Amino acid sequence: MSLEIEIGFTLNGRPVKVRVPPTMTAVSMLREKFDLTGGKLACGEGECGACTVKIDNRTINSCLMFAVDCDGREVQTIEGLGSVKGLEIMQQAFVEHGAIQCGYCMPGMIMQARYVVDQNAGNEHKVTRDDIARGLEGNVCRCSGYTKVVDAVAAVVLEEAST
Amino acid sequence: MIENYSVPSSVAEAAQLLQQGDATIVAGGTDLTPQTEAGARTFASHLVNIQRIEEMRGISTSDGRFRIGGLTTVTEILESKILAEEIPVLVEAADHFASPQIRNAATLAGNLCNASPAGDMCIPLLLLDAEVELASWVDGSVAIRSVPLAEFFTGPGKTVLQAGELLVAVEFRQPAKGFTASFQKSGPRPALEISTVSMGLAAVLQDGLLTGVRIAIGAVAPTPLRATATESTLEGRALDENMISSAVQSVQQEVSPIDDVRASAWYRKHLTGVYIRRALSHVAGN
Ligand SMILES: Cc1cc2nc3c(=O)[nH]c(=O)nc-3n(C[C@H](O)[C@H](O)[C@H](O)COP(=O)(O)OP(=O)(O)OC[C@H]3O[C@@H](n4cnc5c(N)ncnc54)[C@H](O)[C@@H]3O)c2cc1C
Repeated sequence: MSLEIEIGFTLNGRPVKVRVPPTMTAVSMLREKFDLTGGKLACGEGECGACTVKIDNRTINSCLMFAVDCDGREVQTIEGLGSVKGLEIMQQAFVEHGAIQCGYCMPGMIMQARYVVDQNAGNEHKVTRDDIARGLEGNVCRCSGYTKVVDAVAAVVLEEAST
Repeated sequence: MIENYSVPSSVAEAAQLLQQGDATIVAGGTDLTPQTEAGARTFASHLVNIQRIEEMRGISTSDGRFRIGGLTTVTEILESKILAEEIPVLVEAADHFASPQIRNAATLAGNLCNASPAGDMCIPLLLLDAEVELASWVDGSVAIRSVPLAEFFTGPGKTVLQAGELLVAVEFRQPAKGFTASFQKSGPRPALEISTVSMGLAAVLQDGLLTGVRIAIGAVAPTPLRATATESTLEGRALDENMISSAVQSVQQEVSPIDDVRASAWYRKHLTGVYIRRALSHVAGN
């Protein structure tokens, strides 16, 4: 029998336990053990960002992280951001601005967009379109351009600044 | 095949585990994962995850020395207020590094121990005469040795790290008054780019003369390179067009780049000349 490690962590707000091989990547664990298929394994090299999830308040490429390192941490995936019935404001903004074509990169893109806006919340410096584009440098969309994506994120920045 | 997995919570515990031999250290995993997934590297029988060693995190200063824990991430360097104020060249290099998600995971120790000739954090640290602190388990306790970073790299992917050794921290002295430094990096894209050439240059300019010259260049030799010959030709000289021309000539002789997928050796050499010219102009303008 090959080695499996038991780990426990908080997944989208709920405590979970799971047994994983020590070199299984976090994206594979999320997809195969928890059926959280929003985040995609696309390039597997950290180039595309389709597997972006948040671990303890920092986004990472879950294809480059071993699942065992989730032990004791807080993990959030796109499925924990909003639900199909009640979209989170960033998800809603992507829908409203048509910032979607095939949708494959969207879960990672939205996780990163949420992170960029949250990171800058409360700063005196107002988030610009350039800041948004830089914050999304690690997320690739191969269908279209990024203008509508930046539109969507900029709309969230405005909306959240006014509330 | 991995038979054992450990998560030490202190340097002492890690050193003891590593002393048993045949171990692979994992930190952020941003180099290790793609290398093992691609089959370019195989795991030892024992995987040691060092991410829970709290004493290896963070940036501190005391007695005019800076200490950056090996597990400090590139994001933490980028966001550090004290570094932005005191050592902006480190923050500049962090700002040119990969993407936000990679920076959030990538550790300083991982960048140094991976020993890529193109490793971006090596360059500013070479300018600072940084030393790396290596820990191992000897005769029942932790033994520490310090190695100048300039002597740490021995070849592509190779360092003086012995089996069982852990890179705990990086240390350097607060630079002298008047120290200015710059970092430049090229690649066809602004983000997620492994350097085609990177260059750091530091010096103190006083009464028109350069002193304390340090030049470090990435991706032009088997290791990140300290261009010591060029440094000594510039030391104590007046910063003028004459000197800049001889710097270009000297540095182009000192590098030994290769042709690869990212660029030709010729182009790398050319870029090295462009960069030193820019870096010296930057110092002159400060
Ligand atoms: C898409 C992508 C883009 C990248 N862009 C850049 C870039 O722009 N610039 C750049 O410089 N790099 C870049 N990298 C490389 C990589 O992100 C860095 O080298 C990173 O800093 C490695 O740190 P880590 O914590 O992820 O290391 P790991 O992958 O965990 O480890 C790297 C190596 O170091 C060893 N190791 C780790 N910590 C220690 C320690 N404390 N003591 C002894 N050995 C140790 C490991 O065993 C392994 O061999 C990129 C990588 C990817 C995937």
